[in-house]
Amino acid sequence: MTTQHNDSLLRFMTCGSVDDGKSTLIGRLLFDTKSILADTLTQMDRTSKKRGLEVVDLSLLTDGLQAEREQGITIDVAYRYFSTGTRKYIIADAPGHEQYTRNMVTAASTANLAIILIDARKGVLTQTRRHSFLAHLVGIPHIVVAINKMDLVDFDQATFEKIKADYLNFAEQIGLQRAGRDIQVVPLSALTGDMLVDRGDAMDWYQGPTMLEILESAPAGHSEQNEPFRFPVQFVCRPHASDDKDLHDFRGFMGRVESGKIAVGDAVTVLPNGYTSKVKAIQLGDEQLQSAITEQSVTLLLEDEIDTSRGDMIVKSDQAPEPVKQISGMVCWLSETPLSTARTYIIRHTTRESKAKVGAIEYKVDVNTLEQLEAQGLAMNDIAKINFKLAQPLMVDSYSKNRATGAFIVIDESTNNTVGAGMII
Amino acid sequence: MMTTANKTTLSHLDWLEAEAIHILREVAGQCSNPVLLFSGGKDSLCILRLAEKAFRPGRFPFPLMHIDTGHNYKEVIEFRDQRAAELGERLIVRSVEDSMKRGTVVLKSEDESRNKHQSVTLLEAIEEFGFDCCIGGARRDEEKARAKERIMSFRDEFGQWDPKNQRPELWNLYNARSHKGENIRAFPISNWTEMDVWQYIEREKLALPSIYFAHQRDVVMRAGSIVPVNVPLASGEVINQPKTGEEVINMQVRFRTVGDITCTAPVISDADTISKIVLETATTTITERGATRLDDQTSDASMEQRKKEGYF
Repeated sequence: MTTQHNDSLLRFMTCGSVDDGKSTLIGRLLFDTKSILADTLTQMDRTSKKRGLEVVDLSLLTDGLQAEREQGITIDVAYRYFSTGTRKYIIADAPGHEQYTRNMVTAASTANLAIILIDARKGVLTQTRRHSFLAHLVGIPHIVVAINKMDLVDFDQATFEKIKADYLNFAEQIGLQRAGRDIQVVPLSALTGDMLVDRGDAMDWYQGPTMLEILESAPAGHSEQNEPFRFPVQFVCRPHASDDKDLHDFRGFMGRVESGKIAVGDAVTVLPNGYTSKVKAIQLGDEQLQSAITEQSVTLLLEDEIDTSRGDMIVKSDQAPEPVKQISGMVCWLSETPLSTARTYIIRHTTRESKAKVGAIEYKVDVNTLEQLEAQGLAMNDIAKINFKLAQPLMVDSYSKNRATGAFIVIDESTNNTVGAGMII
Repeated sequence: MMTTANKTTLSHLDWLEAEAIHILREVAGQCSNPVLLFSGGKDSLCILRLAEKAFRPGRFPFPLMHIDTGHNYKEVIEFRDQRAAELGERLIVRSVEDSMKRGTVVLKSEDESRNKHQSVTLLEAIEEFGFDCCIGGARRDEEKARAKERIMSFRDEFGQWDPKNQRPELWNLYNARSHKGENIRAFPISNWTEMDVWQYIEREKLALPSIYFAHQRDVVMRAGSIVPVNVPLASGEVINQPKTGEEVINMQVRFRTVGDITCTAPVISDADTISKIVLETATTTITERGATRLDDQTSDASMEQRKKEGYF
């Protein structure tokens, strides 16, 4: 075996409940790509036997906490890793029940692809609609509908085609295609492994790619380089007290390119103040770069001495957003303490914070029927359209155009807890 | 400085590096008095390189700190001091032995492992310096309790982790806020696997303590594990004497993970270069902690239990 050379990384999430075979699917992906090592298998075997099971329960891989093992359920998002030699994968495994909407939103926030599991015996269910709506809301660009347990319907093509048609019809209703989402539907059996990593020979009628082929070919995050350049300043480096005289005037703006790209010589504007300058240099450690692309963490040096601090945003001058003091967004409430319209919260957007007050709750969404309901307040797992008034201006884009600069979190100042997750409309 | 060709896509190591740098800078931007826990081990050496990339030409916006059980390999302790000196950064060392002298750590018996008692010394140091954030090298792939750990993980006044009541963590919007007395643990390489760490060490040509490479060592076989014996400490003391009846074997081994001598075991290996180690890691059938951590094998939940008590 040679050294692995992964050329990219894909983050994806799995939506479904234990009943849909989600844990088995993850277990099999790890098992068939040889990512489970012998001692872990031995331990799973021991635990399976302790529970009176005859075969190794692959779902044991995905429950981590003592409380979860005791109750036999998944409470929290767990992250798993595997590699195929060409690609590294990070799986966010979220529990599927309604009361865990907040965990699904959490897992979805960093995913570039979602696997939505459907039990072939049951077809499109309420929870399928909920999972699809949430994946859509959180802007996951690639949706893979895995019609699982095909072994229990005799690998029947007609059953598959009917569920596929049902799903695509529903996807049309919620506007998945209109939003430019890429949807693929694949029949499989996580238990037998058919169409997961290997094609097997039970479903020769299916000509499309296997689950792993879909994962291997899905574009990694931000492959779209035509987004506008957004660089929230995290930290300003001014080593003026250093012994090195050359550094006395050094002023580096440190951050991560959240979208777009930048090159030496580009004209930039620093928001919210609106100062303009040009990029003099781009550095990463002791390397000099000519340009930087989305998701790269770098240090920018500008031609002019500009007073800039954490929370400011450097953008290309011809792509500058207008700073705003009012935002409207879809908010998922994450806290057991309900939203109070009387209170002041903190909104964190990129590296910037502002005090915020609720202007109005326009409506709340029933995640099962997708109906818009009138709402006075918000409880945990509720999703609603809310307007906020801000004390400080924010430099935002709509979430559908830019996930990085369209997202924000709501923080309760008294507990410092993260109580809401928002997506700007 | 060297000039590098333009990138059009990020490799997985580039991506992991960029994420870790972003996390380190968020700690620096959000916390008023952070500290970087540095043991001299491979994971914390990766974090030092990431901190250089994050903050040079400036100084690190945090000191380094090691909680020393007094039972660490002297090769690692020497390496720790040498590396901190090369970087010109401040290194704080606090020792479990001082906590024992204060009476805050009481061993059940003289030969009880001091490993889990590091938590006490760590909490004492946090209070002494008023740190509001500790940066550590824990990874989610190491252990199943860690798979559910946040990148910025909140600890209450007693240093406790409450797995059922963690702060939601969305996008890359980290919330490192805390009240006085509370504490954040930040894990910049959460999403790295053991393989990623070795590949990064290879790519960045990082120097490591010698015991990570294959070497001859006196060991005994104890309950299925390779246990190093007659280990000399920096103080000159020799610990881990073989028990009566145990046969001492001289074996070629290396360490996959390095920690307190009483709870880290080596593996048989002839990998004497980083590239050989990467190859071995690619073909191993045993997990990192499974092979080498004598403290994780007591129960399904031993790591979870230690973390609730303030352990990393």
